[in-house]
Amino acid sequence: MQSITSRAKPDDEETFLRRVRPEDWKNPVPRNAYDFAIVGAGPAGLAAAESAVRLGFSVALIERNRMGGNSLNVGSVPSKAIIRTARVYGTMRDAEEFGASVPKEPALEYSKVMARMRRIRMRISEYYSVHELTSLGVDIFFGSAGFESTDMLFVGDAPVYFKKALIATGARPRVPDIPGLDRTGYRTSATIFEMATLPKRLVVIGGGPLGCELAQAFRRLGSHVTIVQKHPKFLPREERDAAEILSRSMARDGVEIRLNTAVVRARRENGTNILETINNDVESDIQADEILLSTGRAPNVEELGLEAAGVEFDTVQGIKVDDFLRSTNPNVYAAGDASLSLKFTNAAQSSARMAVQNALMQENLRWSNSPIPWCTYCDPEIAHIGLHVWEARQQSIPIKSFTVMMHDVDRAITDGQDIGFVKIHIAEGSDRILGATIVASRASELINEMAVIMSAGIGMKALAAVAHTYPAQSEAIMLAAQAYKREFDKTTEEAARNAPG
Amino acid sequence: MGDLTRLSDEAMTVQLQRAAFSYLIDYANGDTGLVADTSRQGSPCSIAVVGFALSCYPIAIRNGWLSRADAVARTLKVLRFFSRSTLSEAPDATGYKGFYYHFLDMQTGKRVWQCELSLIDTALLIAGVLVAGCYFDGDNESEIRELADALYRRVDWGWAQNGTSGVSQGWKPECGFLHYGWEGYNEATLLYVLGLGSPTFPLTPAGYVTWELTYQWESLLGRDVLYSGPLFTHLFSHAWIDFRGIRDAFMREKASDYFENTKSAIAIHREYGERNPYGFEAYSRNFWGVTAGDGPGDQEMRENGRDRRFFGYMSRGVPYGPDDGTIAPWAMLATLPFAAKAALAGTRRLLDRYPQVCFQNRFSSGFNPTMSGNTGGWLSDGWYGLDQGLLVMMIENHRTGLIWKIMQHCGYVRDGLKRAGFEGGWL
Repeated sequence: MQSITSRAKPDDEETFLRRVRPEDWKNPVPRNAYDFAIVGAGPAGLAAAESAVRLGFSVALIERNRMGGNSLNVGSVPSKAIIRTARVYGTMRDAEEFGASVPKEPALEYSKVMARMRRIRMRISEYYSVHELTSLGVDIFFGSAGFESTDMLFVGDAPVYFKKALIATGARPRVPDIPGLDRTGYRTSATIFEMATLPKRLVVIGGGPLGCELAQAFRRLGSHVTIVQKHPKFLPREERDAAEILSRSMARDGVEIRLNTAVVRARRENGTNILETINNDVESDIQADEILLSTGRAPNVEELGLEAAGVEFDTVQGIKVDDFLRSTNPNVYAAGDASLSLKFTNAAQSSARMAVQNALMQENLRWSNSPIPWCTYCDPEIAHIGLHVWEARQQSIPIKSFTVMMHDVDRAITDGQDIGFVKIHIAEGSDRILGATIVASRASELINEMAVIMSAGIGMKALAAVAHTYPAQSEAIMLAAQAYKREFDKTTEEAARNAPG
Repeated sequence: MGDLTRLSDEAMTVQLQRAAFSYLIDYANGDTGLVADTSRQGSPCSIAVVGFALSCYPIAIRNGWLSRADAVARTLKVLRFFSRSTLSEAPDATGYKGFYYHFLDMQTGKRVWQCELSLIDTALLIAGVLVAGCYFDGDNESEIRELADALYRRVDWGWAQNGTSGVSQGWKPECGFLHYGWEGYNEATLLYVLGLGSPTFPLTPAGYVTWELTYQWESLLGRDVLYSGPLFTHLFSHAWIDFRGIRDAFMREKASDYFENTKSAIAIHREYGERNPYGFEAYSRNFWGVTAGDGPGDQEMRENGRDRRFFGYMSRGVPYGPDDGTIAPWAMLATLPFAAKAALAGTRRLLDRYPQVCFQNRFSSGFNPTMSGNTGGWLSDGWYGLDQGLLVMMIENHRTGLIWKIMQHCGYVRDGLKRAGFEGGWL
């Protein structure tokens, strides 16, 4: 008998497609001029469309593929569904610690894992479905957009005039220039979930967030995974200790790690992909049934006619915007991966909402004032917000980190999730929080408390007095603040003692 | 061993120091003066160990373990070897651009294992060369001074910046500079100081500033510290330079100095040992010393439902790890100048409980009591020269400050410190 949770409904994919791109869709007749035209219906475009239309503006939303963008279709949503399954397998590996006994190699049915992913994707697609958005009053156009002038673009043959516009075309996987790679049938984040079976040998090229997440997940599902990273550490954007904890965690899972290693050539022999690599001066071959490229993302800025719109861009950085997210055409804004260096779904949504406020409500909100948290969803997760220590030091800001190890947090101990730390970075001599780095099993949740704290301008003194539930992993944040408070009280007391008279 | 722990602190320490020193004699090559990396059969020379040996000869003279003439002969043998060695881009040369390969054949002095031209190991070697140049001041010892000066002046530190503000960790003729740089505080202070002090091919001061930008000042386990995980990183530069009271820009900002920082790091290591978050056998406030060293090797063990992963030779650190329950038995005693009471208490407890870690009065490189079974823990085979050399120097600095005093009079070191922005104290 199949369990309810593992049963895949045959119409999940059909429902999903109906929501993100109905087969029988007919574009509406464009209105005379829209208050707001949005190019791209990924996380940024969808958030902008909803915000703008709820504010009472006429909105045209143009999408050349499916609504939801990478995040829903091939990115955050499907990968997190897979990662959840992988975590279950990770937990089963450690079951003995919790007093449970499970088979050493629990059987996995990959097709059911993928069916679950598709079911989840279908469920999440409802909120921003074509039906929901049109019900709100958004005019949705499927097709390629091309700017014709500073206030008009075409979708196919249909002219769409606008007063303001937002470019939210996202980004696509960057394909490195490796001789022979095109003959390997490599996969990217856009195609990795199309695999019908679990690969026996998976090689991940690139040790950024997505590469690390999927390397660990596929290893836990049962693939033999090798990850090749040209830098000496994973996650070059993160601090060294965080990256090293991740590295050890992946090694513990059995991921074969090749740091400081470049893939110089690829070839196919007898149905097997072979990657030729070099580490300093040591050359070696790696065999792969599947290859996943995770070597960064390139902004989708070509073939949009941006020159005609007076919008400056380049193919590496994307659309040039100011701190108000305005392009070189004052009526055209940009948000999300097409213009930001932080290529995360939450950054895309946040920037889109800000662009709506600035473009349509005459606000002057600055992107640089918005602390955006981000997270790499490995186990443990690695999350960050605000300044890194080295960024503060580059700006000559004296900075100090208050660190609490997760192995000193009761809830992390009871959960058996005691690897990692919470570091809160403050401007030394004050209690102003500049940033935070969290490595923990649920860092993606903990960092949001830091986002609220930083957005509200709460300092360490006030934070130290905020009661947290006990036990909770977020206690680590309070404990860091209390360490600050103890030090502050001691310094104050000493100063008073040493004061003249 | 029972005899050793019954001795007074001073007597026990001196015995251990002398035994450690004897490694540098026992495992030196009679022709080249090179010293073996480890006591294991066929071990090549580590140039860093040679640097420690050169630094220890004056200590041996002071303690009466070597005659001055013997020490002079040994020192000259090494300096002549390096002076006459082949420096070129050839893959089997001894060095290049005044730097030397990490590991050399004990007899021929040629590069082995296709290893890297190592900047930090060259710095440790050159520090020993400078000790010799400064210490041997007799009229009939001028060749030592001349050779030492020439060896230092020919190191092309600027080349190692490879056109950047940072410094690479090494170079290979097969592939050029390694991609690894120096990130975060660690043992490289000595490298920067020696590089900045050069009158011939100095590092640019911007290199030191760039490195300092990667420092992390943290409140960690109840202490403020300039963080670095492995204990040895808080000791190596201090074997030669007395950092008490001298401060660079970073330490002025933090109202501390690197000596005080090492004291904080030791306190954190002890606190970590006491908390023992991962339940390793024996860890306590008097059982600590997580650092770089030999380890049980890549293997796994299941204990109380928990996976234990063990590592081979690697740099272990506190509190972020990696930590597999392995300590370096020599490490506690090597902290004598900073925390004498803790160093002695920990060492005595270790020797009492696990006497096997100190065979022939020399500490092994690594010991892991967690990986026990019925064998009393895993113990590294033989001895490592780096451990022995560092221990000799740290004990001597604690007892007499000999090496610190010698280096305080080394013009190149003084210049290097000043160019790195150090002020105050004995400077």
